Amino acid sequence: MSVDRIILSVDHVSKRYGKHDVLKDIHFEIERGEIFGLLGPSGAGKTTLVKQLAGLELPSEGENRIFQKPMPSLKTMEQIGYMGQSDALYGELTAKENLEFFAAIYGLKRKQRQIRIKDVLAIVNLADHENKLVSSYSGGMKRRLSLAISLLHKPQLLILDEPTVGIDPVLRKSIWKTFEQLRDSGTTIIVTTHVMDEAEKCDRLGLLRDGRLTAIGTPSDLIEETRTESLEEAFLVYGGA
Amino acid sequence: MRISALSLRILRQIIRDKRTMALLIFAPILVLTLLHFVFNGNDYEPKIGFVSIPETMENQLNIKNTHIQHYKNLNTAKADLSDQSIDAYLFIANNHLSLFLEGSDPTVNSTVMKRMQDAFQSMGGNEQTNNDIKIHFLHGGSELGQFDYIGPLLLGFFVFFFVFLIAGVSFLRERTTGTLERLLSTPIKKSEIVFGYVIGFGIFTIIQTFIIAIYTIYVLGMYMEGAFGYVMLIALFTALTALTLGILLSSFANNELQMMQFIPIIIVPQIFFSGLFNLETIPDWLSWIGPLTPLYYAADALKSVMVSGMGWSMISKDIFILAGFSLLFILLNILALKKYRKI
Repeated sequence: MSVDRIILSVDHVSKRYGKHDVLKDIHFEIERGEIFGLLGPSGAGKTTLVKQLAGLELPSEGENRIFQKPMPSLKTMEQIGYMGQSDALYGELTAKENLEFFAAIYGLKRKQRQIRIKDVLAIVNLADHENKLVSSYSGGMKRRLSLAISLLHKPQLLILDEPTVGIDPVLRKSIWKTFEQLRDSGTTIIVTTHVMDEAEKCDRLGLLRDGRLTAIGTPSDLIEETRTESLEEAFLVYGGA
Repeated sequence: MRISALSLRILRQIIRDKRTMALLIFAPILVLTLLHFVFNGNDYEPKIGFVSIPETMENQLNIKNTHIQHYKNLNTAKADLSDQSIDAYLFIANNHLSLFLEGSDPTVNSTVMKRMQDAFQSMGGNEQTNNDIKIHFLHGGSELGQFDYIGPLLLGFFVFFFVFLIAGVSFLRERTTGTLERLLSTPIKKSEIVFGYVIGFGIFTIIQTFIIAIYTIYVLGMYMEGAFGYVMLIALFTALTALTLGILLSSFANNELQMMQFIPIIIVPQIFFSGLFNLETIPDWLSWIGPLTPLYYAADALKSVMVSGMGWSMISKDIFILAGFSLLFILLNILALKKYRKI
């Protein structure tokens, strides 16, 4: 892994809430232009880790660096797109109004805003529904709009917490196609998941269990290392779900 | 620019939510209208006895909407007053006009007083004459005219109550739906979020107060002595305090129901100290609470303007204190947001 390609490093990070250890000495790096999957059972600490990377939480020990700068930093956050587990949309507003709001919050110029809104709506295939109220959207549409919002400002790093939860397989496939396109255009993507067929599509995987990073590598590396037939079996060997 | 984007978004949300908008504007109008008719009893024609009042003076007095009964001597008037066939009688003692009220019904008292005041004003508008009347009560009656003063207080209360609730709930929703988290994952500053809210709701409150105040003053005919601009100014600062307090307390609530639970704890006690009840009757060990409640200052300022027709010099202190409350709550809000993002 060449040093100048590294855009994110998690440097011996631990997190405690009271007496409860949520993250224990996590250490890894992510390169520009890869899809990195964080895999692990519920409660393993995936969300805590991505919230730190998005600048919302602080580690108890260690440091997260993005673009070689310590997090959290408002300047760095301009370059990050974040989508949490909830859709985080304003139901009383139309899709377009939601996008306009967040585009302004990201500091996009007025002219650029309209262009980007058109672009991201096309990416998530919602262009025909831009003037509908979000409250009338289906669950899948909301998830796609939420993704569109995190793409508005052309972030270099995209942090997505379970982006396809509750989405049907067809739609999930099209969303993953979007991720691959974004990666090919140079965007780095961190995605948490506990779905195996999604994990297989990641360039590299980090396995989290009880707050520890138990394994890291490409899906084929992990299968080879454990001498198993599938990622699912490999995951079980590492003590996964 | 981020602040204006946030303000615009809040205004759009309020406009879309027709029911909430109706609550903010029509609920106060409805309640104030009801109170107006319950308390003001405009249709009541008081019965006033004139005991040996010279005819020239009676003609000058020109009392409207009042049933006048003439008496030759004081004792018959007194007897009629006792069995409530008249509400009050006017007589002359030691060259002074005196009014004797039955006094058991505050609504009747205030009506009688108002008619008499109007009459004396029409006689020459002379403050001197007005002050010269000696007023006596047969029963209690010390809280006479209380309901004339209740209006401004209620105006302040409604502005405070509804803005507190709506702003609190809308910020709570921002938290529970995850939009606050998303907002905080952008480069927005915490202060920009708070000021965006303040401006967004501020604009709406100006419109809300304008409609409610116009309605109560010009349609319901609420007593209004001072300048309309001052009423708007006081209401705006009242709303600002309510808004910033609502947002602050919403961080201690996990859902809408818990937000409602602040009403009996935060809102209702403020009414007791705002002048609805005589503040001097509150025991000393409790009376220190009054000056700590924002509504105390809002009600005081609104009364000064609407009832006494006072100007800036009388209300400036109240306005500055309300502004101080708001500023304190704004700072606490920025601090409270640290819970969700450290920078």
